[in-house]
Amino acid sequence: MNKKQKNMLYRIIATAIIYGGVIVAEKIVKLELFETWWASLLIFAFPYLIIGYDIIFKAVRNIFNGQVFDENFLMCVATFGAFGTGEYSEAVAVMLFYQVGELFQGYAVNKSRQSITELMDICPEYANIEVDGKLEQVDPDDVNIGDVIVVKPGERVPLDGKVINGSSMVDTSALTGESVPRKVDEGSEIISGCVNGSGTLTVEVTKEFDDSTVAKILELVENASSKKAKVENFITKFARYYTPIVVIAAVVLAILPPIILGGNWASWIKRACIFLVISCPCALVISVPLSFFGGIGAASKNGILIKGSNYIEALSEMKVIVFDKTGTITKGEFKVQKLIPGSGDVNKGELIEWAAYAEGYSDHPIAKSIKDAYGSNIDLNLVDNAEEISGHGIKVNVKGKEVLAGNEKLMKLKNIKYQPCTEAGTVVYVAVEGKYTGCVLIADGIKEGACQAFENLKKLGVRKTVMLTGDRKDVGEAVASKLHIDEVYTELLPADKVTQVERILGESDDKNKVAFVGDGINDAPVLMRSDIGIAMGSMGSDAAIEAADIVLMDDDIRKIPLVMRIASKTMGIVIQNIVFALGVKLLVLILGALGIANMWEAVFADVGVSVIAILNAMRTLNIKE
Amino acid sequence: MKKKFKLQDLDCANCAAKMEENIKKINGVNDANVSFMTQKMTIDAEDEKFDEIMQEVIKVCAKVEPDCKILV
Repeated sequence: MNKKQKNMLYRIIATAIIYGGVIVAEKIVKLELFETWWASLLIFAFPYLIIGYDIIFKAVRNIFNGQVFDENFLMCVATFGAFGTGEYSEAVAVMLFYQVGELFQGYAVNKSRQSITELMDICPEYANIEVDGKLEQVDPDDVNIGDVIVVKPGERVPLDGKVINGSSMVDTSALTGESVPRKVDEGSEIISGCVNGSGTLTVEVTKEFDDSTVAKILELVENASSKKAKVENFITKFARYYTPIVVIAAVVLAILPPIILGGNWASWIKRACIFLVISCPCALVISVPLSFFGGIGAASKNGILIKGSNYIEALSEMKVIVFDKTGTITKGEFKVQKLIPGSGDVNKGELIEWAAYAEGYSDHPIAKSIKDAYGSNIDLNLVDNAEEISGHGIKVNVKGKEVLAGNEKLMKLKNIKYQPCTEAGTVVYVAVEGKYTGCVLIADGIKEGACQAFENLKKLGVRKTVMLTGDRKDVGEAVASKLHIDEVYTELLPADKVTQVERILGESDDKNKVAFVGDGINDAPVLMRSDIGIAMGSMGSDAAIEAADIVLMDDDIRKIPLVMRIASKTMGIVIQNIVFALGVKLLVLILGALGIANMWEAVFADVGVSVIAILNAMRTLNIKE
Repeated sequence: MKKKFKLQDLDCANCAAKMEENIKKINGVNDANVSFMTQKMTIDAEDEKFDEIMQEVIKVCAKVEPDCKILV
């Protein structure tokens, strides 16, 4: 609680005690003093002024500033009205509860704002720079490219850079939501915002603070509130009309019925006052943006950056998702998937050994993946006479034996009887001394959890999943059928991807949003073009952060169903709040006009509803997997 | 030119919306955003007249919410 709020609290307590005393004196002790109206008025005016003087002051000041329909003014009119109709104790109570509600509301909003900003608190406060053998703390803004900084255990990495000394495990959870620490040692790139583990690191800075990952992310999150959802804009517009309409209705209610029906002015003025108390749209104006803010906060806790609440809204209407294959669904790295020996007398170990030695001198990605799979060191002294047969493969002498490794064409060229492999991927056939030994299947592996992710997407109401790839037909279709993807388009050039996405966008309408998921490197145009552009695996990639609407800080495809769930829950809470707040207000307005509801219900419909809506909005923060 | 300012004692969301609306009406302001959540204000206005425009912004904000201070 800040100083202002504490002061308010004391005033509330003081007023409550005095008010209690006055009520006891009036109702229980039945002092004669209360029988004269002006004495009674004076006594009640005392607690009223303690609790409400600032409201009256603000109301007067704001009228001079040209702000007429402001809530302070309306509260004043309502309570003056109550005084005027002889309801002294109610007038004090309404003001008292209004202030209690305001205090609680301010406190709750502050608390929630704090907990959300804490979630996003990845901003490093200082950088350690060595000056004359001593470490000095400086503002990260003042560090230049090429400077050497020291990151001590437990500190936050302040700028992007390269480790030049030391090794440690760094915690990237603030950026990626990934809880397993990442190992870094000499030569590794390190990004700002991570928290250093147990080792001291010496880092050469490669980016200025403003260009560092952490600054980019902070800017993005802070700007997120400027891209507003349709619901938010609706609320802003609604608020602009709601107050004047209710106030005019109050005036009409105070004047017309007594004139037409004749009779009791006081009773109708009381009803009009009830209207004035309910005329602030605060519950909506605060809780709706707060819900969105909480949703964005919950997402960023999980390593998902959402660039605006409009995308939360769009995500909840997402019906079609288009995926890029390489780097998005698959890992984007070639790996030996299978070893298929040609006959019973060759085992898998021998097969991969021959293949690895054959590729010993090559540094082609395929060769690299075979050597990785072999794992042991290759003694290149045993390899000679390597000869590359362009477009076919390689011929080489290993331990004095002639080894062939390459594609089907090579086998045909050398007249070797082989068993064609029908599985999708790149196949390297191996023959030793003219005899077929077997083949090695190399393919780009599907990411962990991809199957589960696609299953969950369908459960969450995604109608159609599409995969686009520049890869060969058999490879693409194999991946698609494994993951039950609805549509596949293969052998596409980058421009074809744009045409495909445009076509899909053309087929959908406003209520069926189309998302594109890519790794952000060469599909920036598609990311921009689609309703929702989701970039993956973009740790440190500025292009992706800029082009996309939603950025997944790690490569995890399972974050897509998660962000969808966060979005739909957030939207759910927003709608609950709108329906609840408007419902209660409308109900109390009607009951008030009929003379059934009193001031108490009106105060509840104003601040009570606000507080409940704020508490409800806070639930967005706790959305979990 | 775009500039960001911190706001102190911005206590009411409705006021933030009103401030934003009124700032946008100032001559020379291209875009403005008052965020109740982050307690920050972003003003995008013409370069040459920025200081003048800021004076105007401060006036407008004081009218809507006199308690709220703009930290420059």
